[in-house]
Amino acid sequence: MDEDGAGTSEAPSPPPPLEWKFSQVFGERTAGEEVQEVDIISAIEFDKSGDHLATGDRGGRVVLFERTDVRDFGRRRDLERLDNSTLRHPEFRYKTEFQSHEPEFDYLKSLEIEEKINKIRWCQTPNGALFLLSTNDKTIKYWKVQEKKVKRISEMNLDSSLSVGNGCMASSSTSSPGAYLPNGGCLERPYPSLSNDFSFPPGGFSSLHLPVVVASQETSLVARCRRVYAHAHDYHINSISNNSDGETFISADDLRINLWNLEISNQSFNIVDVKPTNMEDLTEVITSMEFHPTHCNMLAYSSSKGFIRLIDLRQSALCDSHSQLFEERETPGSRSFFTEIIASISDIKFAKNGRHILSRDYMTLKLWDISMNSGPVAAFQVHEFLRPKLCDLYENDSIFDKFECCLSGDGLRVATGSYSNLFRVFGCVPGSNEAMTLEASKNPMRRQVQNPTRPARSLSSLTRVVRRGAENTSIDANGNNYDFTTKLLHLAWHPSENSIACAAANSLYMYYA
Amino acid sequence: MAMIDEPLYPIAILIDELKNEDIQLRLNSIRRLSTIARALGEERTRKELIPFLSENNDDDDEVLLAMAEELGVFIPYVGGVEHAHVLLPPLETLCTVEETCVRDKAVESLCRIGAQMREADLVEWFIPLVKRLAAGEWFTARVSSCGLFHIAYPSAPELLKADLRSIYGQLCQDDMPMVRRSAASNLGKFAATVEQSHLKSDIMSIFEDLTQDDQDSVRLLAVEGCAALGKLLEPQDCVAHILPVIVNFSQDKSWRVRYMVANQLYELCEAVGPEPTRSDLVPAYVRLLRDNEAEVRIAAAGKVTKFCRILNPQLAIQHILPCVKELSSDSSQHVRSALASVIMGMAPVLGKEATIEQLLPIFLSLLKDEFPDVRLNIISKLDQVNQVIGIDLLSQSLLPAIVELAEDRHWRVRLAIIEYIPLLASQLGVGFFDDKLGALCMQWLEDKVFSIRDAAANNLKRLAEEFRSDWAMQHIVPQVLEKINNPHYLYRMTILHAISLLAPVMGPDITCQKLLPVVINASKDRVPNIKFNVAKVLQSLIPIVDQSVVENTVRPCLVELSEDPDVDVRYFAVQALQASDQVMMSS
Repeated sequence: MDEDGAGTSEAPSPPPPLEWKFSQVFGERTAGEEVQEVDIISAIEFDKSGDHLATGDRGGRVVLFERTDVRDFGRRRDLERLDNSTLRHPEFRYKTEFQSHEPEFDYLKSLEIEEKINKIRWCQTPNGALFLLSTNDKTIKYWKVQEKKVKRISEMNLDSSLSVGNGCMASSSTSSPGAYLPNGGCLERPYPSLSNDFSFPPGGFSSLHLPVVVASQETSLVARCRRVYAHAHDYHINSISNNSDGETFISADDLRINLWNLEISNQSFNIVDVKPTNMEDLTEVITSMEFHPTHCNMLAYSSSKGFIRLIDLRQSALCDSHSQLFEERETPGSRSFFTEIIASISDIKFAKNGRHILSRDYMTLKLWDISMNSGPVAAFQVHEFLRPKLCDLYENDSIFDKFECCLSGDGLRVATGSYSNLFRVFGCVPGSNEAMTLEASKNPMRRQVQNPTRPARSLSSLTRVVRRGAENTSIDANGNNYDFTTKLLHLAWHPSENSIACAAANSLYMYYA
Repeated sequence: MAMIDEPLYPIAILIDELKNEDIQLRLNSIRRLSTIARALGEERTRKELIPFLSENNDDDDEVLLAMAEELGVFIPYVGGVEHAHVLLPPLETLCTVEETCVRDKAVESLCRIGAQMREADLVEWFIPLVKRLAAGEWFTARVSSCGLFHIAYPSAPELLKADLRSIYGQLCQDDMPMVRRSAASNLGKFAATVEQSHLKSDIMSIFEDLTQDDQDSVRLLAVEGCAALGKLLEPQDCVAHILPVIVNFSQDKSWRVRYMVANQLYELCEAVGPEPTRSDLVPAYVRLLRDNEAEVRIAAAGKVTKFCRILNPQLAIQHILPCVKELSSDSSQHVRSALASVIMGMAPVLGKEATIEQLLPIFLSLLKDEFPDVRLNIISKLDQVNQVIGIDLLSQSLLPAIVELAEDRHWRVRLAIIEYIPLLASQLGVGFFDDKLGALCMQWLEDKVFSIRDAAANNLKRLAEEFRSDWAMQHIVPQVLEKINNPHYLYRMTILHAISLLAPVMGPDITCQKLLPVVINASKDRVPNIKFNVAKVLQSLIPIVDQSVVENTVRPCLVELSEDPDVDVRYFAVQALQASDQVMMSS
């Protein structure tokens, strides 16, 4: 995207549309199987290298997957230099899972705190272990997942048959907590007290020896919670995001954004506070927030009014005033009861190059250039045929569903979810008319209606907004009503390859092109 | 399994517990590592214990931290300096763990060991280690390496020195901001070991790169480097290279960088010397004092006195004082508070005339600030002004404000005032005190807040000490005793407390004649709380008054109280009686 220069007049010809193929599914539902509420996936995130994928669910669990088709995991630096085109499409396998959050009860406010994982973010890896942040509505946790060799300890100084001493040690392994028995015998005596006149011979005592540790080939993955960042949010946390400086991250709830240092869990700084002195004056809440991928001082947040605000942390300590505001001017006469509701942005993402921001509101996906705040550079209708049904969607609360969006690593395409387990992929290079509808099933192209019409666009129009895809899916493939209960809210694009992971209820589907 | 002799048993346990499941026991063993080493002897410590520790480094952070610390002082246990290098491998692995405090400790220990190692050993073992870490695959290793260069560099041969300098240069351009931060914060230490000639070429170019880093967090640390580097350079080089950087930083886009400059400016001024400070840094400082970010103004305001001290009074009056005036009415209370905490120190710097003309109005406006912290900060430094402008002026202009504050509605402000009363009294003298402050001191005894009443009683005691008992007999005791008739028992209790504090200062005569009768009288109070406090006070009076008085007056009263219907009164009365028994027995 960098060299393409999205705004130049002589745009290169857009890449050909991708042919999406099913790759894998984890937790596929068998026919008639009922989905357990706790198993529903609520967050998906690839790590920076794309070698790992994490999902969070409503039961507070985090499941990690690792890529199987790369040769060597440890050598990340080398990997980055590798030309990935020679590799097969990414394939993942289950790595491990752990319980990140538990249901809690806030006695002061008489509130139940769900264990549901709202967001997962991978952190930079300081050594062989994996690090990630996970959050529910109130508490952020910093996790380390590390492979440990199972070790056995043999040959202690004290015979295991002796009644005193810690004989139980001889057969225990470091990975089996609970096997330890308190060594009552030795604790009663004046514990390791050597009398003062005890003298050490210069050569030491030959009868003493160190425990012998035998490392086996077996390894076990251990997830440890390193830090808990709690009690900083009065409202529900909707986003967390790491800074490019590697030492700080931010968390956003409905009204405030806090800045944390990863190493300090008992202190955070409030950087944005949109809470009005009188809550009755509240007109707007923060819906999503992300740090710029490379500029440490820049972050963007979206609001329920459909605004995206760009904040410069350099300007002041409390950033209540934005440095840039992105909003699309309303087309006059189009206002309805639902205008404000569907304008609310449910997710924003920076493109990898840092120049574009992708936003998703209820009906559309919009791509913004951060140097142009008068309107989006491109807009895509996700499910325009639902517009006449907004009333029904309002009645059954579906209108408040929060769909996520994602960009491909090369910035050429964008994707977002819809109902009936469908998701859409659009080409966002000027001139591209790629607009796919895919189904989260083993046959993703089943619903694909080949682009029948070329969308009418005028390049000379005042705004350079390009609306596409509206016509394509007006016919439901099955010819009947969309299923509002099966919605595809969460999806993620592999950072370097054309591979998408998306969540359909409790199943994780992966596709490649 | 070897059989262990009975005396070795504790050590055997200690060794076994290096691998216990319980972290507390492992931690305990690691903390006693020296004992284990002595029991194994030097040779086996080198050949067995140290390799064992190197291999078993996947433990909890607490254990690793303790291990890193212990290894730093382990040279005697491995057989002295000539074997010091065996300690490097375990510390090298600890340098790569993800927990920062463990890494920092490992680096500290490595530096400690390196500082003792022989030059040849450093070249053979230490420098390769530094190079390995600096080329480490994970950024943690590279972060740690930055803290070791200043130990490795001095003993390196010429060729290796050039190598080390270029490696450090690379670290300053690492992809990871964490590594660049570590390189930036260690640059001063490393630069101190580098020869003058290379300092100007290599180190300064490294430094310039850091000062232009994209990451605010890196530039922040480069600011700190300015002062350290400045002190190493010749004055003219410092002015040529460091000064422009400081001036640039003071106009950085990021408020955090400017904040750092504001905080460090005094050290930076020291580095560049007085003349450039006057010409270049004063404008920079004035800009910081007028920064649009309150945090920066807070930092700058807090340094105003220190900064003025290195200027001559004229410059301070001409450039700084106008800013100070503006800051005294700053929109941020924290800025005013920071200013109030240091502004008093400007008085001696500016001299009497300027203080009276310019500073005094600012003091007065800050004394009337709506934010209590601001007022408190002014009051707590009053003595500094006194020395400059003299007592007369101070009392004329400041006292009305102080009297006003004495009745402030925030009790913490009143408390602060009370705590300064003895100091004020000593400075103002008896005569002045009687007129203006005496009444206040009595008034506080009947404050609504306990802490104030408590402090007021203490204050009376300190005043009595200051002005002697004769004065107190006239100006304190009668007024205090009068208040024992207050209808509210809490106030009567305060008076009892005041009496118990005053008695030791006033001496036995006055205590017997004036204070004791009041206390005895209070024992007939209708409120049990008063009565058991009487018992407590009487107990405290026993050592002060005469034996006969105890026999004839105190004990009968206590005996009576010990038969009181209230259980607490009885308890304290009995306590007091027992105490008096002990005094009698010992005498």
